[in-house]
Amino acid sequence: MALIEIKNVKKQYTSGDDTVEALRGVDISIEAGEFITIMGQSGSGNSTVLSVLGGMNHPTTGEVEMAGVKLYQLPGEKLADFRAQNLGFVFQSFHLISYLTAIENVMLPLAIVKMSTPAKKTAARQALQRVGLGNKLDRLPNQLSGGEQERVAIARAIVNNPHILLADEPTGNLDSKTSEEVMALFRELNDAGQTVVMVTHNPENGTYSDRTINLKDGMVV
Amino acid sequence: MKLHTISINNLKRRKAKMAFLTIGLMVGIATIVTLVTLTRSMSSDIERKMDEFGANILVTPQSNGLAMNYGGISLGGVTFDQREIREEDLAKIKTISNSKNISAIAPKVLGGIKVGSRDVLLVGVNFDSELKMKQWWQIFGDVPKSDNEVLLGSDASKVLNAGPDDSITINEQNFKVAGVLDQTGSQDDALVFANLSKAQKLLGKEGKITLAEVAALCSGCPIGDMVTQIAEKIPDAKVSAIQQVVEGRLKALDQFKRFSYAMAGVVVFIGSLIVFVTMMGSVNERTTEIGVFRAIGFRKSHIMRIILLEAALVSLLAGFLGYAVGMGGAKLALPFMAESKNAFLIWDSTVAFRSIGLALTLGLLASLYPALHAAKMDPTEALRAL
Repeated sequence: MALIEIKNVKKQYTSGDDTVEALRGVDISIEAGEFITIMGQSGSGNSTVLSVLGGMNHPTTGEVEMAGVKLYQLPGEKLADFRAQNLGFVFQSFHLISYLTAIENVMLPLAIVKMSTPAKKTAARQALQRVGLGNKLDRLPNQLSGGEQERVAIARAIVNNPHILLADEPTGNLDSKTSEEVMALFRELNDAGQTVVMVTHNPENGTYSDRTINLKDGMVV
Repeated sequence: MKLHTISINNLKRRKAKMAFLTIGLMVGIATIVTLVTLTRSMSSDIERKMDEFGANILVTPQSNGLAMNYGGISLGGVTFDQREIREEDLAKIKTISNSKNISAIAPKVLGGIKVGSRDVLLVGVNFDSELKMKQWWQIFGDVPKSDNEVLLGSDASKVLNAGPDDSITINEQNFKVAGVLDQTGSQDDALVFANLSKAQKLLGKEGKITLAEVAALCSGCPIGDMVTQIAEKIPDAKVSAIQQVVEGRLKALDQFKRFSYAMAGVVVFIGSLIVFVTMMGSVNERTTEIGVFRAIGFRKSHIMRIILLEAALVSLLAGFLGYAVGMGGAKLALPFMAESKNAFLIWDSTVAFRSIGLALTLGLLASLYPALHAAKMDPTEALRAL
């Protein structure tokens, strides 16, 4: 059975009298250990798919099943718990917390986990070492370059060993050289067994993935 | 890394906002502390003055006879056809329900006597309770300690030409003048004071007293109720309240207290509004941050804890500072407000705990809606990028 199953997912946004269909019946199946890029023009529903996959955007109809769990049937705050235990997010604008150091930013997902502080520090340090920032643990985000901030964001996403790493345009704000380094890092993580789902507009990023899913007007093409 | 690390680091980063928030709440708390402490200190000062002013309840016999004036208060006739209160009835005063408010009972027996060829008014008193009540008395010499010693008012001393250690003769008995009162400007100047039991014998009024003064120790305590209670216990006596200026002062203080609380309420309301607006602004500024928290799996309750912990820390600081500043303000204002150099500040740990508790409650209440608002944020909306 696939790790992720998206079955006939539709998503409509209503604004006043207007209804926009962001997704018009999307079916995607992703196996464990795959590196998937989702591509499409702006407005084709890329980010909506990712937010639906991330358990943050309730689909209008359809089902999302991840590791055997039907995400949107989880009661109460169980969906938040599911995100904490199974998903890692890398955002386009990094979204690091400006008043926390690199290691504190990486420890953020562990703030709600029952674990000793030294164990949290060790896990965060190891995650930062994996992304090549083992020597900049105590830097604040504004003391890091764009590429380094992206790496901190990746370290934060993998610190809790998630089943799936979701990335939204991770190279959107980076120069081409840094983009290549970051993509190589994702590849490296995937080679180590990490499932990666990435939304990107950059076709070159597709070369790092195992498979590319193209979206157009809210449908897989 | 725990949730409180996020709250503390955020507060450290936003120093200016935190200072604004703290000052907003602190001003409210400081105002309350100042006003509460001022009114309590002033009440205590007045209470003390009431003690110094002496009696505030007078127990006299019911009398249809000729009146004799005592300090502007009409007494039962003492010279002709006078009626007295039995001394044992006085013990009943201590059985009233407000007995704990009674500071002293000073019984007196009055009567005209001859010292040599002069007519004078002899007052038999219990010197211990009399001195407790009339703390302004200045005595040259000593307080009479035995039955054959007397105390003379300043005018009586002049008229009788007797000073401390001299002797005077009353009803063919010799008495030593133990002391002479400094001028008081009251009827006391013209009196001869002797021990109560001795005076009763000299006047032929054994076991009887002419009047009793009662000092009730309190500010705002129910003098009126006490008068009624005493009157019920001693039906033969006329019980009246001497409320005079002190009562007026207490009423003014009561009005000031009400005004203070109203003012403090307004200031606290404004302080709470400042906390609310600032916390709301802070939450809106941190939309993306909260979106990230939610995306990585923070529950709504985690978000609320972060926001409310920040509010609690700021409120605690505001409470401590508010108490300190408030007490400082009260210390500066008290000499002007109490119009007395002897008024002293009341340091009460309850006020400290309550002010910190109030700051915490207000801070948390004013931050509750912003915290709920933050917790309810849609992470997708919050992050926009997704």
